[in-house]
Amino acid sequence: MSWTRKDLLAMRDLDAAEITLLIDTAASLQEIASREIKKVPALRGKTIVNLFYEASTRTRTSFEIAGKWLSADVINFSSSGSSTSKGESFVDTAKNIAAMSPDVVVVRHSSSGAAELLARELACGVVNAGDGAHEHPTQALLDLLTIREKKGHLEGLNVAIVGDIAHSRVARSNIHGMRKLGMTVTVAGPPTLIPPFVQELGVKVAYRLEDAIRDVDVIMMLRLQHERMMAAGLIPSLREYARYWGLTLDRLQAHARPDVLIMHPGPVNRGIELSPEVADGPYSLILDQVAKGVAVRMGVLFLLAGSKAGESA
Amino acid sequence: MSDAARLREKAQVLDEAALDRALTRIAHEILERNGGAKDLAFVGLRTRGVTLAQRLAAAIARIDGTTLPVGALDITLYRDDLGMRGVPVVRGTEIPFSIKGKAVILVDDVLFTGRTIRAALDAIIDLGRPQSVQLAILIDRGHRELPIRPDYIGKNLPTSRRETVAVRLKEHDGEDRVVIEEPTESEGAQT
Repeated sequence: MSWTRKDLLAMRDLDAAEITLLIDTAASLQEIASREIKKVPALRGKTIVNLFYEASTRTRTSFEIAGKWLSADVINFSSSGSSTSKGESFVDTAKNIAAMSPDVVVVRHSSSGAAELLARELACGVVNAGDGAHEHPTQALLDLLTIREKKGHLEGLNVAIVGDIAHSRVARSNIHGMRKLGMTVTVAGPPTLIPPFVQELGVKVAYRLEDAIRDVDVIMMLRLQHERMMAAGLIPSLREYARYWGLTLDRLQAHARPDVLIMHPGPVNRGIELSPEVADGPYSLILDQVAKGVAVRMGVLFLLAGSKAGESA
Repeated sequence: MSDAARLREKAQVLDEAALDRALTRIAHEILERNGGAKDLAFVGLRTRGVTLAQRLAAAIARIDGTTLPVGALDITLYRDDLGMRGVPVVRGTEIPFSIKGKAVILVDDVLFTGRTIRAALDAIIDLGRPQSVQLAILIDRGHRELPIRPDYIGKNLPTSRRETVAVRLKEHDGEDRVVIEEPTESEGAQT
């Protein structure tokens, strides 16, 4: 199995073998983080552009560190975004960047499909670092790697994804990835935040937190973008959301298995979707996820930038 | 690797007993040259170099009673031909001990152009400063493209470039044997 794609845009596009190759590559690259000299020459002379139209700490930083550890030159480009009229300026920017002949462009944008548009415009590799409510494939890959390291395998595991399923690119990417690897996924949240026909993705739906977390191996809590939710009238109040959907230690101990793992893509709203005792507790994998993020992004950059000559041959 | 199916065996170079004798001799040479097993460490190149390193360590344990550490090195990230023929699979480096101040015995199955060893030396140096690096090779088949020479050799084997040397080990291939392979006629004619 070798990597043949120019871009990494969506978990939905990948087959199980490709996902496994990405996870295996990331797993092999992890040891670089524990070295005294955290640098290998694999991508020497390659240029990676981080093109971020949306705020991000973890993702942008981890792509930057990943590129630097692989000896690539990493350039960060961020745009305030709000003042620019999206469509035109985005393609324009893309063309300007293409003129500087980068090897990989990492893009985050608030519009779904932005990465795909860029991939069509640019000859270089494009990595989707989150596009609107569509996909965030590297987050799903790092979640899968984190789970695999803790559980030893992925196939057959049961996962609950809880919160705002409708607007979550993390949920969408994870659902596609987990289903392809033979995992069982239950999504749960208030009915206003569960997209209609979500069952067609092959997931089960629960409308009570207690039902969702019973007997699962992993609980993935999503960030509630509360500013947006309240304005759109999707939830009545934060307090009500926290009461019904917040994961507290009491609830966890009453309904979940003792060996359950808790994940969250960050940033955590403490006291809303996760109580602090749970976020910082022994079940929590939140910081493992961040650490795996660098390894996963190294793997993705290595496979995309390393395969450039392969596609012309 | 994919054209392995189109190769056929030309001659056997080492059988199980000969392979074992070669490794035992190398183990003795390592001890002789280093005046014992003090501060030695093995680093095998993935995949078969690691297995050979483990066997050399076992041989030294039998002779000297010292258990030496064995690490595994993956040189994918240090290759000079990245992108020339697709992306190779990264299998990971596992060296769970410090190489600082150690005499590191680098172990691989076949020495050919020397490019793998060049990459391995870079990879080793990135992990720390060993006191020395020595190279142990089961088969030296010639055709060097870089100024690299082994310190310990199982067998010198003159080959032509179109031949392949296959080191088969029980752990991976179910048998201990070294053979020379050559392309079948149809394949050989066009190269």
